[in-house]
Amino acid sequence: MRMVEVPMAALQRLLGAARMPYIFILPNMLLFTVFVFVPVGLAIAYAFTGGTNLLIWDRPYVGLENFRALLDCGSYLEPSTCRYNLFWTAVHNTWWYTLLNTFGTLFFALVTALVLNRLTRGRGFFRAVFFYPVLLSPVVVGLIWQWFLAREGLLNGFLTDWFDTRIIFLLEVGWSRAWVVYVSIWFHMGFYMLIILAGLQAIPRDIYEAAEIDGTSQWRQFWCLTLPLLTPNLLVVTVLLLIRSVQVFDEAWVLTNGGGPGTANTFIVQFIYQTAFAQELRLYGLASAASVLMGIALLILTLSQLWLAKKAEV
Amino acid sequence: MIAFLTRTRHPGRTDMTDWLAWGWAILGTLVVAIPIAWAVISSLKTEAEINSFPPALVPRAAQTITVEGQTKPLSMWIRTMPDGSEQTVALVRRIGLSATVLDPSKPGETFRVPVAELRQLKELHLQWSNYSEPMKQFNFLRYLWNTVFVTVVATVLTLLLNSMAAFALSKYRFAGRNAMFALILSTMMIPLSVIMVPAFMVIVGLNLADNLWGVILSTVSTPTGVFLLRQYMLTIPDDLIEAARVDAASEFRIYWRIVLPLCAPALAVLAIFSVIWRWNDFLWPLIVLSSPDNYTLQIGLSSLQGQFNVQWHYILAMTVVTLLPVTVVFLFLQKYITEGVASSGVK
Repeated sequence: MRMVEVPMAALQRLLGAARMPYIFILPNMLLFTVFVFVPVGLAIAYAFTGGTNLLIWDRPYVGLENFRALLDCGSYLEPSTCRYNLFWTAVHNTWWYTLLNTFGTLFFALVTALVLNRLTRGRGFFRAVFFYPVLLSPVVVGLIWQWFLAREGLLNGFLTDWFDTRIIFLLEVGWSRAWVVYVSIWFHMGFYMLIILAGLQAIPRDIYEAAEIDGTSQWRQFWCLTLPLLTPNLLVVTVLLLIRSVQVFDEAWVLTNGGGPGTANTFIVQFIYQTAFAQELRLYGLASAASVLMGIALLILTLSQLWLAKKAEV
Repeated sequence: MIAFLTRTRHPGRTDMTDWLAWGWAILGTLVVAIPIAWAVISSLKTEAEINSFPPALVPRAAQTITVEGQTKPLSMWIRTMPDGSEQTVALVRRIGLSATVLDPSKPGETFRVPVAELRQLKELHLQWSNYSEPMKQFNFLRYLWNTVFVTVVATVLTLLLNSMAAFALSKYRFAGRNAMFALILSTMMIPLSVIMVPAFMVIVGLNLADNLWGVILSTVSTPTGVFLLRQYMLTIPDDLIEAARVDAASEFRIYWRIVLPLCAPALAVLAIFSVIWRWNDFLWPLIVLSSPDNYTLQIGLSSLQGQFNVQWHYILAMTVVTLLPVTVVFLFLQKYITEGVASSGVK
C-alpha cells in the first residue's frame, strides 16, 4: 500500500492537512456529479428538445412540445384517445399495479410480521425463508414464474389433471395482470415484513402485560395498542412501497416477455426504456419528458416519506 | 381471524391463534419454497421429463437398453399381462394402440401387445448436460466472467470510495461539509429509472457505452454506503486520530491504518449488499451493454429466453447458476443481511 501512501503523504505536504478531506471526498463527488447530478440536469434539458440526435447541442429546442404531446388526450381515462396512447396505457397500468401491489404487499407483510412476532420458536428460520426471495434477481424471479405459469407448466399440469382445463395465464390480460402483482408481492414482501417486524419488536412488552391484567381482549389489544403504535412505521412502509411500485420494470418485463400480452403489462419505466432505446426511432426528448413527469411524482412521494419518517421518529 | 394477529398468548396453553400463526408460517414457507425448489429440481431433468405430467419429484429418465440387431437403444417397459404377471420388455416401435416389443433375453423375436399393458421403466437420472451444454454453446462462461468482474471490481471500488467520503464527512470539519453530505443523501431520491436516458448519454459521451466499466463506474458511489459508513465512523473516538497525528501519521495513513480496520463490521455489511446489488443488476447493464460478448449473466439469461424460448431445460439450469451465489451468501450471512436491512432499510 506504500504505492498510495507515499503520494498521498506528498499531496498532504503540498496542500496542507486542512485540505485533505476534499481529496478524500473528491472521487465520490466526482462520480455523483457525472452520473447523477449532470444526468438530472440533462434529463430536464432533453425534455425540451426534439429530433432523434443523441448529442444535446445538435438537438432543436422545442419548448413544451414533448410535454404537450404526452399530455394530449381526449380523455385521460381512455388511453386510446391520447396522442401517445402507449404512454397513457402505461400510466393506467402503473396506477393499477401500484394500488394493488402496495396494499397487497402491505397486507401480507403486516400479517406475516405479526405472525413471526408471535412465534416463540422458529422465528429466525421463518424470517429467513420469507426474506430470501428479496435477494434473488428480477430476471431469475421472472423466469422461474414464467416457467411455473407456462402453457406446459406445473400449474397447468394440475389444472389439466384435476379440472380438465388449461389457462394460458400469461397470455390472458386479466390473469397476466394478476400474476404480475402476485409475483411482485412474492418477490418483495419479505423486505417490508422485516421493516414492520423491527417496528413491532420496538414496542415495549409491558404495555401488553398491563392490558392483559386489565382483561383486554386480543382483538382490542391489536386495534388499540399494536396498530396505533405501529402506524408511523406502516405509513413509511406504504410510501416506500408506492415509490418502488411506480418504478416497476425488471421482473414484470421478464415475466411477461416485454409487457405482454399486447400492452397489458407495459409500465411507465418500460415506456421510457422503449421510447429511448428499443425502437428504430429513438425519441430521447419524449422519453426524457416522461422521465421528468415520473420524477416529479416520485419527488412528491419521497418528500412525503421523509416527512413521515421524521414524524415517526418523534 | 384478527385475534391471532395479536401478540400476547396464554402461557402453557395452545389456543386457536397459535395454530393459525403456525399455519400461516408453514403455508407461506411452501409458497416461497415450492417455485424455487421446483425450478432447481427440474433443472436436472431431461427435456422430455420437464414437460411430462404428472410431474416427478425426482429427476428421472427412461431406462434404455442396447439390443443386438437394433440400430438404436430401446426404451424399457414393464408389461402387465392379463393374468397379473409382469414382464420386462424393450419397445421397438409403437403404432396407434399397439406396440411392437421384444424380450431382451430373446432379441430375435418381436411380438405385438396393446399399449395399455405397458408402463415405462424410469430410473434416477441427473441431466448434468443441461448445465454443461449452454456453457459450451451459448457464451455462458463469458457472461459469468463478466458478472464476476463487474461484481468484484464495483464492490472493491464501492468500499474504497464510500469509506473515503465517509471518513471526510465524519472526521473533519471543512467548509461545505454539510452541503456535500446533503447532496450525497439527496441522490437517494433520484432513482435510475428517472435519469436512465441522460445517464446513458453521459456514458456515450465518456466513450463507455458497451463497456463493462460503464456499468461499474456509475454504480460505485452509493449514498447508502456513504451514510452507513459515516454513521459507523462517528462512533470511533477522535482521540485515536489525535494520538496518531501526534505520532506524525499522514491523514491517509490514519484513514488506511486506523479508521478502515476499525470499520470492518460496517464494511462487511456494505460488501455483502454491494455484491448482491451488482450481481442482480438488470436495467442499467441492459441499457449500457449491447454486444453479447459484454453481457452480464442477467442480460444473457433474459436474452436466452428469447433465443430459444421453449428450451426450458437450459434456461432453468442457467437460472440456478445465477441464483446459487446469492443463495450461498444468504445461507452463511443470513443474520447480518436481515439485521442490516432491518436497521438501515436498504435492500
